[in-house]
Amino acid sequence: MSASATKAPSPFVEALRMFVRNPSALVGSLILLTIVLVSIAGPWIWPADPFDITAAPMTPPWSEDAILGTDYLGRDVLTSLIHGGRVTLLVGVTAALLSVSIGITLGAMAGFYGGRVDAVLMRVAEFFQVLPALLFAMVVVSLFSPNLVTVTLAIGIVSWTSTARLTRAEFMKVRNLEFVRAERAIGAGNARIIWKVILPNAFPPLVVSATLAIGSAILFEAGLSFMGLSDPNLMSWGLMIGSSRQYILTSWWTVTFPGMAIFITVLAVSLIGDGLNDALNPKLRER
Amino acid sequence: MAATNPLLQVRDLQVQFKGRRGQAMVLNGVSFDLHAGETLCVVGESGCGKSMTALALLGLIPQPPGQVRAGQILFQDEDLLIVSPARLREVRGNRISMIFQEPMTSLNPVFTVGDQIAESLRLHAGLDAAKARAQAIEMLRQVGIPAPERRVDEYPHQLSGGMRQRVMIAMALACRPDILIADEPTTALDVTVQAQIFDLLRQLQTDKGTAIVLITHDMGAVAEMADRVIVMYAGRVIEQGRTEQVLQAPAHPYTRGLIACLPELGSSLAPERVELPEIAGVVPSIWELDQGCAFRERCPHASARCAEAHPGMRELGEQHAAACWLLHEGEAA
Repeated sequence: MSASATKAPSPFVEALRMFVRNPSALVGSLILLTIVLVSIAGPWIWPADPFDITAAPMTPPWSEDAILGTDYLGRDVLTSLIHGGRVTLLVGVTAALLSVSIGITLGAMAGFYGGRVDAVLMRVAEFFQVLPALLFAMVVVSLFSPNLVTVTLAIGIVSWTSTARLTRAEFMKVRNLEFVRAERAIGAGNARIIWKVILPNAFPPLVVSATLAIGSAILFEAGLSFMGLSDPNLMSWGLMIGSSRQYILTSWWTVTFPGMAIFITVLAVSLIGDGLNDALNPKLRER
Repeated sequence: MAATNPLLQVRDLQVQFKGRRGQAMVLNGVSFDLHAGETLCVVGESGCGKSMTALALLGLIPQPPGQVRAGQILFQDEDLLIVSPARLREVRGNRISMIFQEPMTSLNPVFTVGDQIAESLRLHAGLDAAKARAQAIEMLRQVGIPAPERRVDEYPHQLSGGMRQRVMIAMALACRPDILIADEPTTALDVTVQAQIFDLLRQLQTDKGTAIVLITHDMGAVAEMADRVIVMYAGRVIEQGRTEQVLQAPAHPYTRGLIACLPELGSSLAPERVELPEIAGVVPSIWELDQGCAFRERCPHASARCAEAHPGMRELGEQHAAACWLLHEGEAA
């Protein structure tokens, strides 16, 4: 009861406290923060053009001209790595936001209204779920020219279903609780109840799912790029791997370093997601 | 009081539920009046339609499966059953508000109690955040919560059940409604807390002139709180009248049974334990009602007539009426 003596911490502050106490979440945050900072500041701290040819093609790493070597055209791998993070992160975050927005909106409608609305929306979701996501995204991107917008849209469109299902389940759970009825009884309309009453209660699992969605969107972008479906004029980690994939056996460094970058980023995002899950899960929270 | 126009007139309200087993009349011809500033108790066993009546008044019956088939709910001569959804939302929480049975689950766990009280003020009175907060603190003080300046920032899980019910009352009364519907507000609370909540409701009623519809199955609460009583059974009003009329001269066999079930204070101290009477049998399922009186299976006075048709309400005196064939005796069958 000592809590009553001081001002009660909000659930947000409490979750944040739990989060920073979790070592793996903290490590994940630090790694991601570093990657984000380097990606944003990269063009200033390393002002070279990643498409410039700076040394002999396929220079191995740790040589004088190129610390991490060059690719088959003689482009510097380190420069590409620093500049490519921008596009990768941008596409990852935007596509995740898009997919989560679609998922939350449709899932909220389905879970809140139920009945026919639910049936129709869930059939739509199933339609998207049974399609092989990568193939479907490839079709979408190939129909239009591959650029940032089409790639982001394609990833968002194929990956919203899990968020929608999660949101729907949360809404169905919360919708019939008494405080929702109480809210109606003080005159709140449907829109208010969906966004301001039920959604905040569904937030913890959605935050975790949104975080993990960033990781999977980054992987998705890399996958599309690997198959050549990304903007060829914008350097990204996926593009680096994709354009050098024929040289995997002869010059491993051209694919290994961007691969490591993607791996570490997604790992950091996953660590953060797990940390959020623990911090926001009331069952794990100490009294 | 009786001379003035009633604040709320419910006329022949019929609510039907559809289910796998067909249709059921959850409310069948419910009619009553509510006058400004009075307390009306609605009593009956579980499943008799008390809570449905309360929800119907605010248009909160879940549809589907529910459906209002007929009737009128006249609030200051405006029929709440036919007004627009927008108008209904204006009335809810502002002119008519409601408190629920379960204070543990009636508050949103992710917002502070202050936010939740302020919300109805912002929705209806258009107050800005600072004013609404100040008003929320004032409401918390009025419902007897100590240190309201601090409690306003607490979350529901930090409050006890009685405190939460006080917060619910503060929310419900924030906009000074004309009518407060309290659906078994003390069922989930300790007896001592129950008395405090009743005291609080009575005091706020005196201060603000709010009419209260108190839904309960507790005849003790009726005796303590009510000006008038309606007794419901299987979706119908079967007796209504002023509290002293109904408690002292119950006319319907069901009402008599309910009152007989009450222990008398001190009776358990008697050397020989007296067994409390009970009403034999259970409430019939709403899916199995027929045209006859729903109470006849359990009624000691049931006759053939009771199976044929439901008796209408019969006036027994000023404001007192009941629906039983016994009272129609002497009439042409």
